[in-house]
Amino acid sequence: MSVEASRAPASATAGPAGGRQLVDTLLRARELGLLAVLALLVIGTTIAEPRFLDGQSVRDVLLNVAIVALLAIGQTVVVVTRNIDLSIASVMGIVAFGTGVLFADHGVAIPVAFIVGVLAGAGFGLVNGALVSVGRVPSLVVTLGTLYVIRGIDFLWAKGRQINAAQMPDSFLSLGSSSIAGIPVLTLITLAVLLVVGTVMRSSRMGRELYAIGSNPDAANLAGIRVGRRVLGAFVASGALAGLAGVLYAARFGTVDANAAQGQELAVVAAVVVGGVAIFGGSGTVYGAALGALLLGTISSALVILKVNPFWDQAINGLLLLVAIALDRLLALRVSSLLQKRSGRRAR
Amino acid sequence: MSDTPIIALQGASKSYGAVRAARDVSIALRPGEVRALAGENGAGKSTIVRMLAGVQRPDLGEVVVDGRPAHFHGPADARDAGVAVIYQEPTLFPDLSVAENVMMGRQPLGSLRRIDRRALHESVRELMDRLGVRLDPEEPVRGLSIADQQIVEIAKALSFDARVLIMDEPTAALSGPEVERLFWVVRALQQRGAAILFISHRLEEIFAICTTVTVLRDGEVTFDGAREGLTADALIQKMVGRELGQLFPKSDAEIGGAVLTVSRLTREGVFVDVSFEVRRGEIVALAGLVGAGRSEVARAIFGIDRPDAGHVEVGGRRLKAGSPSAAMAAGIGLVPEDRREQGLVMDLSIERNVGLTRLQALSRIGVIGRGSEQKLASTWAQRLRIKAHRLADPVGFLSGGNQQKVVLAKWLATDPKVLMIDEPTRGIDVGTKAEVHRLMSELAGRGLAVLMISSELPEVLGMADPVLVMHEGRLVRELSRAEADEQTVVRAATGQQEVVA
Repeated sequence: MSVEASRAPASATAGPAGGRQLVDTLLRARELGLLAVLALLVIGTTIAEPRFLDGQSVRDVLLNVAIVALLAIGQTVVVVTRNIDLSIASVMGIVAFGTGVLFADHGVAIPVAFIVGVLAGAGFGLVNGALVSVGRVPSLVVTLGTLYVIRGIDFLWAKGRQINAAQMPDSFLSLGSSSIAGIPVLTLITLAVLLVVGTVMRSSRMGRELYAIGSNPDAANLAGIRVGRRVLGAFVASGALAGLAGVLYAARFGTVDANAAQGQELAVVAAVVVGGVAIFGGSGTVYGAALGALLLGTISSALVILKVNPFWDQAINGLLLLVAIALDRLLALRVSSLLQKRSGRRAR
Repeated sequence: MSDTPIIALQGASKSYGAVRAARDVSIALRPGEVRALAGENGAGKSTIVRMLAGVQRPDLGEVVVDGRPAHFHGPADARDAGVAVIYQEPTLFPDLSVAENVMMGRQPLGSLRRIDRRALHESVRELMDRLGVRLDPEEPVRGLSIADQQIVEIAKALSFDARVLIMDEPTAALSGPEVERLFWVVRALQQRGAAILFISHRLEEIFAICTTVTVLRDGEVTFDGAREGLTADALIQKMVGRELGQLFPKSDAEIGGAVLTVSRLTREGVFVDVSFEVRRGEIVALAGLVGAGRSEVARAIFGIDRPDAGHVEVGGRRLKAGSPSAAMAAGIGLVPEDRREQGLVMDLSIERNVGLTRLQALSRIGVIGRGSEQKLASTWAQRLRIKAHRLADPVGFLSGGNQQKVVLAKWLATDPKVLMIDEPTRGIDVGTKAEVHRLMSELAGRGLAVLMISSELPEVLGMADPVLVMHEGRLVRELSRAEADEQTVVRAATGQQEVVA
């Protein structure tokens, strides 16, 4: 840029500075709001049932949430690009079973199980991504298909077999239950992934291009972004994280069969949407998605400890989803009416 | 000034299906040159832009950069060659900040290849200062006015060392001072030795900043030379210059009383104080540039948008505002501009589409009779000579011209008193075009009142009785058939003569 330092004719454009603060506040309010709801929930439940805050039950919540949050992080990367990955729970399930097989039949070392699991997940992601970005099939259809295909392969492979804790090394299983400084290892792994993916999404060119694609795919193409390659990458990342989650699932539960993690994908999508990730792409953070997973997981635990009929768990998840979407819609309407008023003023 | 063009098209041709959008076009942009690309709507200007920008590749011929043939595989290649493009519609990311929009893909990096937000915002703030604009780099683009969005586009083009700046009607959304600022940017780039390609419908802008002119007509270059010595009339002549007359047979019809009366219709910020009437047997044309507010007037008459002031009467009875069903009941039909999105349901069959406006009449106790639907469709298919294999085929199978006939059939089936047709022959081949024109003429002959919106001058001049010309939301001239010729219409449409009718 080397336009001479002379100034352009005086500006008639009044840059309204209020807009940014407003939208910023609203966005941050989403994450703060989630924290506030979470705090209220914990306080309320603890008053009703003080056991809720004892070490064991907090650990249980953290352990359960760790795996869902991992999937939610991967899902966010995909949803931000205006796509969706419904196959993650199937990928996690087949990798979990495969991990059991690796230990039981082949006696591999623990790092090998992790590497194989992540690579297998990435491979499934590659298939999804290729069908979406090269085949130009909507991701909802592609990943709904692979959801069933992968689960079917899983059943064919397992043939009803169940692998239990006795067939896996103790040091592997202890990953799923041990803690460092009072925090479960699984949670630490998820936090590490959260920080890395969060930083990439916020502060790398690649991450910003993913947001750009979700915000306006046509403009992304015109801006010279390799849209196909980036979307493919998002699916590979989501698959790899689902693979990692599969290995951790095996460590956490010790018993794996072809049913592992069946039906989890919708809980993950719910967590992502509750966490403020726009389902049509372009906005939302992995931190919000992880908080969404934490909130939904905490609600489940609270209901169990309060001895509420488990039916309510799903109903409340659904309700939260609707509230989250209604909030987004309301926000969008407010912003667009603000915009109209502003441009109306300019026109006169 | 070097003589090697920075970028050029040589003998480039491009077709979309049967439509030949560019035929053997050569255009060269040399350092320090501001070249105007002029031509009517549909002359192929945007196709030229897309080929230079790497969005599309020519079927024949080539793009040449610095004297060497270049193969652009995508917009990124063109950008790397130093080509910046400002499109007519802003191409921005609404969820991202102004700064990110400007620097996407080129954000300043700090340690670990992380984006240095401070430096990013600082550099964009500097850019905005130089442009003399007060736009906060951290503000999200969603919520900016169209003019501000266009300024973000300009900043984007400036932010990298563009050797070629292509602007496809950048001023359509800008007001006076903003256009001034854009011109200042253009001149600064020109002094630096960049080449600029400028597309605008406003002739005075072409005369204000351009040094050379290329004129396109029907995808072919009809003029390439210096702007100096060229008059506005000569330029218009080169843009239009074609034989009129026989192609558009308007049979004489007996003109009756006023059917549609529009009084002081206003929609704030879109059109102001529009009054006119359409009489029995008359074809009234609404001419003007794209964005002059013509389609919006039709939408308001039909009740899709609610006007802020004024009213519409059909046959002397005042129409309820903002209600398309009331408009239909009063006998108005609207054939919209975008056939595929608004005029038809592409996946439904031809007979289903024709029946859409007559669902009440076709149904008995809420169930639609297939038989009566088929009868209605085949009647109209015959009358309008719709060429279709079977009427049960999806309407998407038909050619553009036959699709347009289906839309017409859909409305004629309601036995309307007034038919508003927006761009009746857009994207239709020449043969069917003439048929659509004959049909419109026949309908008028039978006493229908027709309001035609058209951007094609020959069509307007050939078909219309009175021609109403709109410019920037106002009705600026009313021309009788005898008065209307190309030059008067174009002059009024480009705002060169503000004679209020």
